[in-house]
Amino acid sequence: MKMSGAQMVCEALIAEGVTTVFGYPGGAIMNIYDAIYKQDGFEHILTRHEQAAVHAADGYARATGKVGVAMVTSGPGFTNAVTGIATAFTDSIPLVVISGQVPLSLIGTDGFQEIDAVGISRPCTKHNYLVNSLEELPRILKEAFYIASSGRPGPVLVDVPKDITAEMGEFIYPKEVHIPTYKPSYKGNDRQIKKAVEAIMESKKPLLYLGGGVILSNAGELVREFANLTQIPAVETLMARGIMGYDNPLLLGMPGMHGNYSSNMAMSETDLIISLGARFDDRVTGKLSEFAKYADIIHVDIDPANIGKIVDVDYPIVGSVADVLEKMTSLLKHHVNPDRYQPWREILTRYNELHPLKYEDSGEVLKPQWVIQRVGELVGKDAIITSDVGQHQMWAAQFYPFDRPRQWINSGGLGTMGFGFPAAMGAKRGVPDKVVINFTGDGSILMNMQELVTASEYKIPVINIILNNHFLGMVRQWQTFFYDKRYSQTDLSFQPNFKALAEACGGIGYDVTTKKEFDEALADAIKQNRVCFMNVIISRFENVLPMVPAGGALYNMLLEHKDK
Amino acid sequence: MQEVRRVISVIAMNESSVLARVSGLFAGRGYNIESLTVAPIPKSNLSRFTIVTKGNAKVIEQITKQLNKLISTLKVIEQDEMVEKEMVLIKFSSNESLSDIKALCDAYNGGIVNAGENSVIAMVADESKRIEYFISAAQRYNPIEIVRGGVVAIER
Ligand SMILES: Cc1ncc(C[n+]2csc(CCOP(=O)(O)OP(=O)(O)O)c2C)c(N)n1
Repeated sequence: MKMSGAQMVCEALIAEGVTTVFGYPGGAIMNIYDAIYKQDGFEHILTRHEQAAVHAADGYARATGKVGVAMVTSGPGFTNAVTGIATAFTDSIPLVVISGQVPLSLIGTDGFQEIDAVGISRPCTKHNYLVNSLEELPRILKEAFYIASSGRPGPVLVDVPKDITAEMGEFIYPKEVHIPTYKPSYKGNDRQIKKAVEAIMESKKPLLYLGGGVILSNAGELVREFANLTQIPAVETLMARGIMGYDNPLLLGMPGMHGNYSSNMAMSETDLIISLGARFDDRVTGKLSEFAKYADIIHVDIDPANIGKIVDVDYPIVGSVADVLEKMTSLLKHHVNPDRYQPWREILTRYNELHPLKYEDSGEVLKPQWVIQRVGELVGKDAIITSDVGQHQMWAAQFYPFDRPRQWINSGGLGTMGFGFPAAMGAKRGVPDKVVINFTGDGSILMNMQELVTASEYKIPVINIILNNHFLGMVRQWQTFFYDKRYSQTDLSFQPNFKALAEACGGIGYDVTTKKEFDEALADAIKQNRVCFMNVIISRFENVLPMVPAGGALYNMLLEHKDK
Repeated sequence: MQEVRRVISVIAMNESSVLARVSGLFAGRGYNIESLTVAPIPKSNLSRFTIVTKGNAKVIEQITKQLNKLISTLKVIEQDEMVEKEMVLIKFSSNESLSDIKALCDAYNGGIVNAGENSVIAMVADESKRIEYFISAAQRYNPIEIVRGGVVAIER
């Protein structure tokens, strides 16, 4: 069928099963927006900033497992989107971002709103394309979806010059892709898998180190089965919360800088790390020379470049967690002796009893940890939880009772403040029957607060719980610990009226200072089913603990901070 | 860990921006490039890059893995068994002793490739180490300009 390049873009999205696109129009992409106007195959949500459009597509992808789609114009539209693209890249989230570009004839002339989008995005996309002719447009779109969602997922940018979107041509959408240079391998080497399984059976203190890759490869169930079969204890990274289920006795918690005591001690004392879709991030390992000193390492990762990058690996296995784990499970079945690890489990239980995750509640002022636990009690598994970046993010990761993969959505790798709210909108669009709650800070929320308007207009009832400490709390905490309390540029005492702000944009606002008010506000917010800001005033100087100071060994945790 | 010099060949799609992908990877991840040459592979839609780099074993491993990871990369060849050559062009003033320059070039399997009114141009193709010796021997004839071509290599 003959159609314009702009229509081709829409048809390709429809063929890929896309139902929701987040975006923002402008000159170079107007033809595509005109085609969007004329179609009804997908919904377009007009965010109020391009960064938010990409985060929303990202949140949609994380919540549903599908490819998220965002659309922006050239120049400033694209550069606004870069933070969103980089956020998705660092966490390996499948996105297709379509950007307008100046017409081919203007490229290289410093034309109005011309910027080298493929150049800028090269280091923060899995792959990117500048479309050079109408002929290649359908193939590129097909490849973009395939590349984004296969292998180690990631964002793909397709930069489309305006003249190509106007040009007419025959539309044949390819059924398959042929990329001879790109063949991700999922299977895992059988010999390596066998050796790894033998190592597991010989180990006395094995530990499952679970990362975001488990969620990306939809291997949550398999991991639980594997843990159940072997009775090997597990830690979940920030990206992996929810895999084991909070009430699973084998789950120790989260390792790393703000990990709990038993998780970090387990990492330090294990004799065999079974790393599944994790990448030994510096926030997890602490001081490398002291990291897991007694352990052999099995590293299962779909990206060969992750293996051996940070730590030396004894059993490298390139493959998807799902495929590899299935094989491991069948090899271990009837052979593994879970009792073998009993003494190890007892040690870890003792560690956990010695220093459980804790906080001191107060009768005078709300504690952020209480708020998070309370939300867990009141909505628990019925919610999807997103967060921004800072102390509130760590508290949410520590204290929320996550029950399943894709329930917890946060910017772990890039740590992008401003991620939470738009990501929550995307998640809500993707999974409408869940309550979606964004835990945020009084700093972070302002970085994409304009999305109140989007959420009001499109009736996306995201509940933003602002854990308001009147500080850029996480930075303040470092200043308290390591900079002699010189609170340089972190005091946020000057604040907007959050309640009025939400109301001004068509949402609901709540001011909360007591437990009772909190319960009432949450119940009301769920009932009202509209976007809201819940301004929860919390204790100002609360710290995230335990803490492994940057560059320190995992087993040297600050468990308390006594203010002199 | 000890730093070693490595020659890495990359076979990649001959498409726009593939050079930027390769060189950007080195720049972005802080890898070192001593030389980089690239040219299309005849009768194909591929290009061949020859990159000389330095790093410890871990870094070299990461470089090959990261290169492999690029969607446009077909193959990365990183091995000891490479025959490598480099070319150099040196321009001398015609006032220098032509016969001496010619004798020097002969010793390095090279020759005079151009002689003009004011200058002569010598060319030598050899292993990089030998190219360096040649360049240092040529100093005594006051070279006006030296252009090195970068290493090309092929598996034995
Ligand atoms: C875009 C961006 N800018 C700066 C930072 C550095 N940073 C990390 S946490 C933080 C403070 C966040 O404050 P707030 O949102 O109020 O959360 P809190 O730590 O108080 O819970 C800052 C500034 C960041 N992560 N992202």
